[in-house]
Amino acid sequence: MRILEGQGVTKYFGGLAAVSNMDFHVDQGEIVGLIGPNGAGKTTLFNLISAALPLSSGEIRFKGQKLNGLKPHQICKMGVSRTFQETKIFGNMPVFQNVLVGAFFGSPNRVPAEDAAREVTQALEFVELSAMSATPVKDLTLVNQKRVEVARALATKPELLLLDELMAGLNFTEISEAMELVIKIRDTGITIFMVEHVMKAIMGICERIMALHHGEKIAEGTCQEIACNKTVIDVYLGEETHAGS
Amino acid sequence: MDITRFISTHRKLLLVGVPFLIILVFLATLPLYGGFYYTRLLTTILMYVVLSVSWAMFSGFTGYMSLAPAAFFGVGIYTMGFLQNTLPFPVIIPIGGLLSFLLALLVGLVTLRLRGIYFTIFTFGLVVFMSEVVAALESDLFGRVGQHINPLPNETIFYAMLVTAVATVFAIYFIRRSRLGLAMLSIGGNEEAAAHMGVNTTRVKVLTFAISAAFMGLAGVIMAPVKVYIDPRIAFSLSYSFMPILMSVFGGMGQFYGPVVGAIIFAYLEKTLRGQFPQYFMLGFGIILILVILFLPNGIAGLVSKVQDKLGGVIAKLRKGGEAEQHANT
Repeated sequence: MRILEGQGVTKYFGGLAAVSNMDFHVDQGEIVGLIGPNGAGKTTLFNLISAALPLSSGEIRFKGQKLNGLKPHQICKMGVSRTFQETKIFGNMPVFQNVLVGAFFGSPNRVPAEDAAREVTQALEFVELSAMSATPVKDLTLVNQKRVEVARALATKPELLLLDELMAGLNFTEISEAMELVIKIRDTGITIFMVEHVMKAIMGICERIMALHHGEKIAEGTCQEIACNKTVIDVYLGEETHAGS
Repeated sequence: MDITRFISTHRKLLLVGVPFLIILVFLATLPLYGGFYYTRLLTTILMYVVLSVSWAMFSGFTGYMSLAPAAFFGVGIYTMGFLQNTLPFPVIIPIGGLLSFLLALLVGLVTLRLRGIYFTIFTFGLVVFMSEVVAALESDLFGRVGQHINPLPNETIFYAMLVTAVATVFAIYFIRRSRLGLAMLSIGGNEEAAAHMGVNTTRVKVLTFAISAAFMGLAGVIMAPVKVYIDPRIAFSLSYSFMPILMSVFGGMGQFYGPVVGAIIFAYLEKTLRGQFPQYFMLGFGIILILVILFLPNGIAGLVSKVQDKLGGVIAKLRKGGEAEQHANT
């Protein structure tokens, strides 16, 4: 079943088409990767899905429902959550409160305080941050701040999770842990759509990959197909990466 | 229920509640022995408590620096000016609050999409704009600008202000602990992230901006008789915008009592210093504020928490030391 579907998705910044007439879909239960050089339009596409930016034309559907014209908080309540390329945390608030925001406001119905607190505890256990629940988030390391973002997104009870460069800036061990975390999230039944530059990660966990260039989809397929795709190698991967994967 | 158990389970509530009750009893009985001067002084202090707490209620949480308190305060004052001969005082008070609430609702819907300095500039403009509007309205209605306000008993004004101040402090105390407070804090932390986590940021901002404005309007109505004579320049004086900010920053916005403490200290200093050093007292305020921002960025409340942390650390260390010693002995 297609959980997310885009048709003719287009976004202009002035005269520049950041995303141009793109069709795409994500199936339920999949881990889909989105790759491409800087400026290809990956984050813009995420911003269009989560309504941080309005569409210039085209339409995006989530579980068959049109998302056009909705506000970010409405998209979130429908079951689409996200993390950010540059972490956007509530720095002065403790970890627990950060995640509590997601638990309280992410559901379409009013969540009782006890349920919200339980969800936060679970989400923090899930990302292995329980020990730091009272620490202000600005005092955490980058990898832990990213985990807070994931926990916060999970607390909104999403069906689709958009991960924008979760691995950027992490070291090798942290990347492996993050990969395990992504798979663990998918195993709870949440569909994942992720932008990533770390090829090892994307090739390791994605079932399907889309490659963007200049706002257009230049290739789509399994990891193997993408890694051998001539256009993708030319514009993005380069010869060595190709050989390495 | 067992009394020691009650104390231990409600310790935090008692720590806040008992001093609060003592202060309240002291304040409520003040007109009996305080005399005219002290009652008037406390009315002014309470007015500043209302203004700075209600300012912190919106700006302190969301990080949107509003310079609009003077506009809402002035609306309150002029509600009294326009209605004093038609309606009784207790009826005008809520009307003033309601008018400020509605004005803030309208302004908020239009301007709260502005961020940072643009919002601040707009709210600054609002004060000037309201002053002009009221001047035009007054000269149309009465054929002149400026009017006298009928005097009211000192105690009546004092008690009205006391009730408003208590209501404002209660409001900020409960908002801090509510979902609304969490939503506002998240907006102050990162508005975009808050929106993506399901917070209806526009609604939260407009609603709290209007609630905080309502308290300012109430204070305006009550303060009008103290002024005796009002004109738009007096009613919409920008110092009613700047003083609450100074007081909140000085007191610290990390705790609900910060703006209260700041308002009490600053209002007292203003009242007493203005009499003794009319030329220099603003200079003194400026210096105090600079020192506070440099050395106490979280204000007095921040200092208190810091000292608490330090003391807590020392006590924990002593305890640990004691335990270690016991272990060593056994």
